[in-house]
Amino acid sequence: MSRFVPLLVFLLLAGFLLVGLFLKPSEIPSPFINKPAPAFQLNSLSDPAQKLSPENLRGKVWLLNVWASWCVSCRQEHPVLVQFSKSKLVPIYGLNYKDEPADGMNWLKQLGDPYTMSIVDRDGRVGIDYGVYGVPETFIIDKQGIIRHKVIGPVSPSSLKDCVVPLVKGLNAEDPAQPQTKAEVPKACA
Amino acid sequence: MRVVRGLQVLSLSLALLGAAVSAKEAAPLAQDPALEKKVMEISKELRCLVCQNQTIADSDAELAHDLRREVRDMVKKGMNQDQIVAFMEQRYGDFVRYRPAFKLSTLFLWLGPMLLFAVALSVLYRNVLRKRKTVDDTQPLSEEEKKRLAALMAQADEAGVKKS
Repeated sequence: MSRFVPLLVFLLLAGFLLVGLFLKPSEIPSPFINKPAPAFQLNSLSDPAQKLSPENLRGKVWLLNVWASWCVSCRQEHPVLVQFSKSKLVPIYGLNYKDEPADGMNWLKQLGDPYTMSIVDRDGRVGIDYGVYGVPETFIIDKQGIIRHKVIGPVSPSSLKDCVVPLVKGLNAEDPAQPQTKAEVPKACA
Repeated sequence: MRVVRGLQVLSLSLALLGAAVSAKEAAPLAQDPALEKKVMEISKELRCLVCQNQTIADSDAELAHDLRREVRDMVKKGMNQDQIVAFMEQRYGDFVRYRPAFKLSTLFLWLGPMLLFAVALSVLYRNVLRKRKTVDDTQPLSEEEKKRLAALMAQADEAGVKKS
C-alpha cells in the first residue's frame, strides 16, 4: 500500500497544476458584484454642461464601459461595442478614464460612438471608486442600480453573445417588486 | 568689459532661477518627509493590481501612482492605516492586501506550509525508525544467516574466478 503513496502525491500535485492552468490570475474578482454602483457626478465628454449620475439611471438596465483613447485593447473592443449598440438592447455609458478630452472626442469621431453618453473621469478618481485596475472594463448595472457583473478586459463577440446579451435580457425582464423574476448570471460570464 | 560682466550676471541669475524652478518641482515630496514616510509605509501594505507581485510603493504603474496619491490624500485627512486599507479593500477586494488577512478562507494559505512541514517531519521520523529496526547489527548471526552468508560468499568467489 505504502508504495502507492508517491503516485498519489504525484497525482494530487498534477491535479493542482491542471486546475492552475485554467485559472486567470489577472482577473481579480470584483467586490462590487451585487453591491450598489458607487455614486458620482461627472461631466459629459461631448457637452461639459451636461452631468450624469447613476441616480439618473434608476429603473433602467445599463452598461458602464471604461475606456480611453490611449488604451490598446479598447481599440480591439470598440467595433464590437459599435455593432452591439445598434441592437439598442441596452444603453451603454462610457467612462472616459484618465484621457485627454480632445483625444477622446477624436477617437469617437474616427471610430464611431456606441455610447448614449460618455463622461469624463480626468484624474481617475471615479475609476478608483469602481475598483478599476485595467482598461477596458464593463459593468452591468440593473434597474435598482446594483452592479450584477463586471467584464474584465475587452468585450468580445462571443462573450457578448454568451454572457452580456442573455444577462441584459434577464435583467430587463426583472421586476424589482417581484423577487422570483431575479435573473441568474449566465455560466459563460465566469 | 561691461558687456561681459552683464552676461556673467545674467547667466548666474539664470542658473539660480533654474535651481529655484527645479527645487519647486520636487516640493511635493520634500515638503513633508513625515507624511511621505507614512504614505510609503501604508503603500507597502497594498498590492498593485496591475503588476501583482509588487506593492504600490514599489510599482511604477499608472494605477500605483494614482493609488499613492489617494493614500497621501487620506493620510492628510487624518485617516489611519486600518481605515485606508479598508477603503482599498472595499474597492479592490481581499487581493489588495499585500499580506493576506488571517481568516477562514486564507487558513490553508497561512497554515498549509506548517502542515506540509509536519507531514514531512513525520514521514522522515517513521523512515528513520524503520531503518533502525531493519539494520540491527548488535545481535550475532543466527545459524540460518550464517548459512546464507556462506552461500553468498561462495557465489561471489565463483563469479570472481569466472571473470579473471
